[in-house]
Amino acid sequence: MNQSIDVRGLSCPLPVVTVRKKLLEIKNGVLEVLVDTGTSRDNITRMAVNASWKVVVREEDGEYLLTISK
Amino acid sequence: MLKEFFSSRKYVIFTGIFIGISAAFLQKLGNPANMGICVACMVRDTAGALGLHRAEVVQYIRPEIIGFVLGSLMAALIFKEFKPRAGSAPLVRFVLGFLAMVGALVFLGCPWRTLLRLAGGDGNALFGLAGLVVGIWIGIFFIKSGYNLGRNQRTNPIVGWIMPVIMIGLFLLLIFRPQLPSGAIFFSSKGPGAQHAPIFIAIIIALAIGFFAQRTRFCTVAAVRDVILIKDTYLFTGVVSLLLAALASNLILKQFHPGFYDQPVAHTNQLWNFGGMVLAGLAFTLAGGCPGRQLFLSGEGDADAAVFVLGMIAGAGFAHNFAIASSPKGPGLWGPASVIVGLVICFIIAFSMSDLRKKKMEDKK
Repeated sequence: MNQSIDVRGLSCPLPVVTVRKKLLEIKNGVLEVLVDTGTSRDNITRMAVNASWKVVVREEDGEYLLTISK
Repeated sequence: MLKEFFSSRKYVIFTGIFIGISAAFLQKLGNPANMGICVACMVRDTAGALGLHRAEVVQYIRPEIIGFVLGSLMAALIFKEFKPRAGSAPLVRFVLGFLAMVGALVFLGCPWRTLLRLAGGDGNALFGLAGLVVGIWIGIFFIKSGYNLGRNQRTNPIVGWIMPVIMIGLFLLLIFRPQLPSGAIFFSSKGPGAQHAPIFIAIIIALAIGFFAQRTRFCTVAAVRDVILIKDTYLFTGVVSLLLAALASNLILKQFHPGFYDQPVAHTNQLWNFGGMVLAGLAFTLAGGCPGRQLFLSGEGDADAAVFVLGMIAGAGFAHNFAIASSPKGPGLWGPASVIVGLVICFIIAFSMSDLRKKKMEDKK
């Protein structure tokens, strides 16, 4: 089962820090992340891609669902 | 495609270069020396123009501040990122904005001006920069310890429009300059407040900076924070570009004067240049971004960032009314004590809102 985190409403840099911590913990697999700002979407995507994860972004009602996998 | 370009490293470098060149030219066109752009100083000048402090040499409604917010608003509307939100410990953010301003006015500049002072050859700014990095580093310690101001929530669109409307109001005051029996509106006739670039040029440049910075998430504090915290150099490259572009522009415009003494709007008390920026760096980090970033966020509907800006305005008024702000002669009478008190308050906030407090409570049990 995929793991998921909701980082909506958190101030920078908590969204990216929270997701980074989780990715370091799970090492591989799939993590779904719900974010509500373009800043968090970009920061998390950049961090994950730099760490060799694949990121797929889907926009829904002004929020973003990031599917991060390795 | 366009969205991808805006979040690319090329674009944040372009934004840094644009800000660096703009700052040097705004100085050439009339802004105070090494203060082509200084978010803290310009908020302070604006507070003075409204009569919130009576330091007669630093009173002027700076169009750059207005342009930053409205430029960010334009970008956010065009790219559908205008998202009214509020409710993440607003009073704490007010206090952090207040204290950040106290620290910045003891040093005499925000993180933006720290870079611009360096680019103008002011060696005293090295101590401010060191303080800034130490302040950010302390903030990172608390972030790693679970520091969190809580989640914001989506709110009514009108909430997100309040700060842009305030800025439009300030612009009208700047243009029409109403004269009231109280003496308001207060515009300096001498000193840094009397030095300014033409309004039309300043606002156009600031609108462009606000637009680009909203797209790239430009932030001078996050630039350092992200390198240390998550090994991300994206924003750092933008900030280095700003510094180098401002330096090159100053050399071309003959505005580079290396040294420590007789630097414009600066003092040589290195302990409090350092201390002031430790406080500012810590307060900005605890609030999530530098003063410029807080303006850009308030333009895209973040009411908590707007409350931080209001805290900065109040802090500026207080710092000048209560002999805290420095002058070229050195720190104000109560400047050093205020920095220490400010640091204590920041530590209490950071400790109380992190997992450190929970851990201590559990240890007691």
